[in-house]
Amino acid sequence: MSVLVNKNSRIIVQGFTGKEGSFHAEQMIEYGTNVVGGVTPGKGGETHLGLPVVNTVADAVAQLGADTSVIFVPPAFAADAIMEAADAGIKVIICITEGIPVQDMVKVKAYLSSRPVRLIGPNCPGVITPGEAKCGIMPGFIHNPGKIGIVSRSGTLTYEAVDQVTKAGLGQSTCIGIGGDPIVGTTTKEAVELLMNDPDTEGIIMIGEIGGGMEAEAARYIKEFGTKPVVGFIAGQTAPKGRKMGHAGAIIGGAEDTAEAKMAIMAECGIHVVQSPASIGATMLEALKQK
Amino acid sequence: MNLHEYQGKTLLKNFGVAIQEGILAHSVEEAVNAYHELTAQTKSGVVVVKAQIHAGGRGKGGGVKLAKNLDDLKTHAGNILGMMLKTPQTPGGMEGPGKLVRKILIAEDAYAPNFDACKEFYVSILMDREQKQNVIIYSTEGGMDIEAVAENTPHLVHKEYIDPALGIQAFQTRKVAFNLGLSGKAFKEMTKFIASLYQAFVESDASLFEINPCLKTADDRIVAVDSKVVLDDNALYRHPDLEAMRDTDEEDPTEVEATEAGLNFVNLDGNVGCMVNGAGLAMATMDVIKLSGGEPANFLDVGGTADAARVEQAFRIILKDPKVKAILINIFGGIVRCDRVAQGVIDACKNMGNIEVPIIVRLQGTNADIAKKMIDESGLAVYSAIQLQEAADLVTKVLQD
Repeated sequence: MSVLVNKNSRIIVQGFTGKEGSFHAEQMIEYGTNVVGGVTPGKGGETHLGLPVVNTVADAVAQLGADTSVIFVPPAFAADAIMEAADAGIKVIICITEGIPVQDMVKVKAYLSSRPVRLIGPNCPGVITPGEAKCGIMPGFIHNPGKIGIVSRSGTLTYEAVDQVTKAGLGQSTCIGIGGDPIVGTTTKEAVELLMNDPDTEGIIMIGEIGGGMEAEAARYIKEFGTKPVVGFIAGQTAPKGRKMGHAGAIIGGAEDTAEAKMAIMAECGIHVVQSPASIGATMLEALKQK
Repeated sequence: MNLHEYQGKTLLKNFGVAIQEGILAHSVEEAVNAYHELTAQTKSGVVVVKAQIHAGGRGKGGGVKLAKNLDDLKTHAGNILGMMLKTPQTPGGMEGPGKLVRKILIAEDAYAPNFDACKEFYVSILMDREQKQNVIIYSTEGGMDIEAVAENTPHLVHKEYIDPALGIQAFQTRKVAFNLGLSGKAFKEMTKFIASLYQAFVESDASLFEINPCLKTADDRIVAVDSKVVLDDNALYRHPDLEAMRDTDEEDPTEVEATEAGLNFVNLDGNVGCMVNGAGLAMATMDVIKLSGGEPANFLDVGGTADAARVEQAFRIILKDPKVKAILINIFGGIVRCDRVAQGVIDACKNMGNIEVPIIVRLQGTNADIAKKMIDESGLAVYSAIQLQEAADLVTKVLQD
């Protein structure tokens, strides 16, 4: 078991024939992911990477039985691509694209709210269920099938955590990169909830950063409903107020946006909070032993 | 991207939002011309001289002055232009060095002719991350620090959320005007003001509009006396006219240079520079520096490619800061292979000759062991590490040496 994606997922890539889409689709296929084709408007009927190309996501659902889409289209067209996928009946949409205007995402969230779909991202590394499906840009080889679920707003910092977990002799059930933008499709709490309800996940690593209230919301959920050990880290303990630290969502506005405030709430809610990102793996190992 | 007050007001005016009129000046001479032009329109000899810098609280540092006649104007314009203006929001606050004032706005006295008949309000629009909707925040307590108002008298701060699919509705503009206690002509003017302001916000892809004060004049007009406008960087591609308003004089010169080089860089006060791939890992690396006894000198995300040219650019930018006592390079090689990054670091170090501060290179991920070997055998005085904790320990070590 795992969440969101597995070996039976029927995955398409939107922006399939573009440079980014091609490169990463190839890596996904090489990993063994069940990619069934891709969408590039105007190139329907062609074959790319040995797989069929269709014009619309609706065609991909009808002709290829697609239920999951990974989006690599450029920022100016990404919001449209998400809505197209939702309209076509895709169940899990994973949007990798970085740099989508915030007002576009405000509209996308409103559009998705009445539809039975889960959006992961944007501005994220994607989702991987090791050994089954790699839907995104993460390096596959650092992962190892196992029992630790990971939720993170960051890309390379997630790889760091994954690597530590693997080196600690553990593996991952599913790693969910929720993205670094101010508006993301799936919040920290929602991703944690998915993993909390997954019978094959035994421990959860939650990596947040400065800005917004998602980690506090997740912590309160964990306090009330948590049944598994959670290790938490917040990046940006030394970030100054009012400066955007790379990610569009990583900015300290009010007092509750700081790493310090978030870590305090997380600790209060029973999360094993680490001060140093170097001790995520070891702390998870310890937390599992205490259980 | 931040706009100056005068640029924000131009944007607002283009959408039909009433503003306190004004003319920009770069010298006392231009200020005098602006004075004549403006007073001819307003039929009043009184104007306000306002320093144009990217920081609020300008009045507290002497950056906003009332000029009752031409002599006053010359005095104030002369004093404000070229001054290092300190406000609570400039770097280091009122104790810091302040920011150089390069231009001033000569603005009408919106409070004339009857100051006591005027009323100041607070209006802002921003995207609420929790609700994932735009929200109009407004208060009868204008002209004050809104965070203090929200803290001390939260019942005086109102919020109106806007449905993203429908946009702002007439009843919502009426609600704002009623809650601000307006009636008659001023009420009507406020509903128009709010509707136009919201349209301007959405259509310019802004991330913040703050109008403080928003003024009810003696003759019951509603005008924006100040404007703070922040635009969404991600949306600038569809607003070339707004992007052209960028004033790099207001930005940190090193950050401007880094942006031009395609590096995501923020200048900080510490003594350990860092170069990292990925924003989250970059922030985490800064945290590691702090926990190791140093202070981060910068945030720097080199992005997905870390070849010799990019690493060299990043080195040059970090080394501009004389406070830097060590540099930590932290790369997690996923798609990027560590041996390529290592080659980039080695080439950059050789190209640059003698870099005098110690460099710690931590490469993890694809081909990390090969990369470490390459660094160790390069003959360069560079410390190498694979585990993050090893790198942290090396930071502590070089700072003690």
